[in-house]
Amino acid sequence: MSKVDLAQFHKAFHEESLDGLDAMEQALLALDEGADDPELINVVFRAAHSIKGGAATFGFTDVAAFTHVAENLMDEVRSGRRPMEKAVVELLLRSGDTVRDMLSLSMAGKPAATAASQTLLAELSAMVSGGAAVAPVASKEAAPAEAIEGWDIAFRPFDYLLKTGNDPARMFRELGTMGALRVECDAGKLPALAGMDATSSYLGWTLHLDAGAKRAAVEGVFDWVDGDCDLSLTPRIAAPASSTAAPAAPSAPRAVRDVAMNSESSSVRVGIEKIDMLINLVGELVITQSMLSQFHDGVDASQLEMLRQGLAQLGRHTRELQESVMSIRMLPISTVFNRFPRLVRDLAQKLDKKVVLDLRGETTELDKTVLEKIGDPLVHLVRNAIDHGLEVPAKRLASGKSDTGTLRMEAFHRGGSIVVEVADDGAGLNRDAIVAKAVQRGIIASGDGMSDDAVAELIFEAGFSTAAATTDLSGRGVGMDVVRRNVMDLGGTVAIRSTQGSGTTFTITLPLTLAIIDGLTAAVGDETYIVPLVSIVESVQVNPEALRSVAGGGELFRFRDHWLPIVRLFDVFGCDGRRRAIDEGIVIVVEGEGARIGLFVDELIGQQQAVVKSLEANYRRVTGISGATILADGSVALIADVAGLVRMQGRKKAA
Amino acid sequence: MAKILAVDDSASMRSMVAFTLRGAGHDVDEADNGQVALDTARGTKFDLVLADVNMPVMDGISMVREMRTMAGYSGVPILMLTTESNPEKKMEGKAAGATGWLVKPFDPDQLLATVARVLG
Repeated sequence: MSKVDLAQFHKAFHEESLDGLDAMEQALLALDEGADDPELINVVFRAAHSIKGGAATFGFTDVAAFTHVAENLMDEVRSGRRPMEKAVVELLLRSGDTVRDMLSLSMAGKPAATAASQTLLAELSAMVSGGAAVAPVASKEAAPAEAIEGWDIAFRPFDYLLKTGNDPARMFRELGTMGALRVECDAGKLPALAGMDATSSYLGWTLHLDAGAKRAAVEGVFDWVDGDCDLSLTPRIAAPASSTAAPAAPSAPRAVRDVAMNSESSSVRVGIEKIDMLINLVGELVITQSMLSQFHDGVDASQLEMLRQGLAQLGRHTRELQESVMSIRMLPISTVFNRFPRLVRDLAQKLDKKVVLDLRGETTELDKTVLEKIGDPLVHLVRNAIDHGLEVPAKRLASGKSDTGTLRMEAFHRGGSIVVEVADDGAGLNRDAIVAKAVQRGIIASGDGMSDDAVAELIFEAGFSTAAATTDLSGRGVGMDVVRRNVMDLGGTVAIRSTQGSGTTFTITLPLTLAIIDGLTAAVGDETYIVPLVSIVESVQVNPEALRSVAGGGELFRFRDHWLPIVRLFDVFGCDGRRRAIDEGIVIVVEGEGARIGLFVDELIGQQQAVVKSLEANYRRVTGISGATILADGSVALIADVAGLVRMQGRKKAA
Repeated sequence: MAKILAVDDSASMRSMVAFTLRGAGHDVDEADNGQVALDTARGTKFDLVLADVNMPVMDGISMVREMRTMAGYSGVPILMLTTESNPEKKMEGKAAGATGWLVKPFDPDQLLATVARVLG
């Protein structure tokens, strides 16, 4: 027995199967839209085929049995015995979902066959011609017992046999392992040396095997050359004996997997070029290090220039290395976009609407953490767009549009951010309905004088919904306020742009990564705080005349025609600020949750990139602080959570 | 020790085959389709090639047909990794010049036994 533990390949099998299922789904959707490309059918077949093969190999028998039937169905389509009808696409789409579920159950060490999978399996089997033959494992029939004491074998390969990679000598050795073997060679057809082709076979053999081997075993030696030789097998039968066939040995039970795979543990697949880049950069770093190490025992003036160069190089390599390492966490947004063709198709079908999904910028890369968390908000926006935004065909035609609505999802870079847009060409937001609802909900007193943008913003208010009836599609108790909250948790923003009659566009702006932020360092007493650059509007010095006290101890200052609340950081965080008078320190105007406040600090130190360390993981959650970082001198600086500070200020105001 | 080329588009199957054979002391290269296998085989002489049948870009059958025309590969053992559901692929592979086959699903022991059989 080899000691290969198959469990080590389970994760790779799971991942490639999920990829296969995604490819299968995309191909099915394309076929559903009328694409006529045999390769698409092959993709679907290959996915089912590969998963079946892998599942059988790695011991997931339920998955193997299920995909076996799906493969048979696809084989009928592939060979032209069955048209790729809607019903087939539908069934295979559902099968893909089921296999996905079965795989995750298998990975968790649970039985994969569920009531749902059994029902679907029955449907699949019923569709496949004949409907029968669900069991994939064909048991070999035990050969009838023969009292054989030996074999006489006549074997003459055709001349090309050697070219197939089969070697008679090897086959004789294999026979020899069964018992005593006598070999007689017939060289009668051997040509003269001059006419001989070294890769041709001219010899014939008669073999006498003195062993009571089963016919199947002897035939097994020649199974690969069947049809490439003249072969006759003659058993030498001994006196008949009344033996009965031994019962087939029960197949050894498959070892129960002892380790339940933790399917939650996440991994990133990294392109080889990114790894090569890293290795390259580390190599350069090593060279720089060795160059700098020569200054270990001191530097004289003549070497200063070299030292300066070395340090500059070190800085450059460190920066490149950092970028390179960060890029490993980056994955294309297609990993999230991929789920939408199916979602859009299903939703449109359910609502009797015609929708074309236009995906763009799918190769745009995002941080893995951001990608994992942006899926749900996007699903919500897409559901909303199809449910509330896009009109039914009749209504679209009546308003002079094509009967098919377009839903565009696009990702692209803008500055240091990633922008994801979800745009529909539907009816647009209904201003009157929103205002009426907001008034009814007590969010606003009246819509008079409100700009369209301000009205649109209302849909982000908690508990807001304009759907006349809650449908099972969008009305899932999750409002736009949750979408905005989710995006903000990622350090991003959501904006809405709507034109009545021609559509709505949601624009989500996200940071490239969550692991590093650009921040402004500010001193408050002996402490250093970092304010994320993205949330800073401006830093200003405030004259005492521009300051107003309000009831409850709050302070406001005038900033461009607006009165903004001032938050004194030393107050909030309980440290000793050195500057108490407003004109001695500086006010950083920040924006979060759609509101602006002024953060009062002693002084600004500078701008720097900060590697965000979790405070929660190392200490506990602190309101107003989103994390910590380590400064160049080794001390710790806290990173201000602007949204949290704005919320704190809001609560104070409300109290 | 033999030099073996494992060709399969499934990374998990490929790793299983490669890991098992390496464990038995063989030197294994991997390719994820027939075209890559041909390119690899042009640069290195292998003692044995194990190839899946159904692969994107170039399937195993076409790969065998092509490989048999390559210098040095006329008599090299090439085994097709076929599946039970496609018995006709055995014959198709043979017609293209394959030496023999190994039927999926197989376990590491069956793989080693078959490889030992081919390499004698």
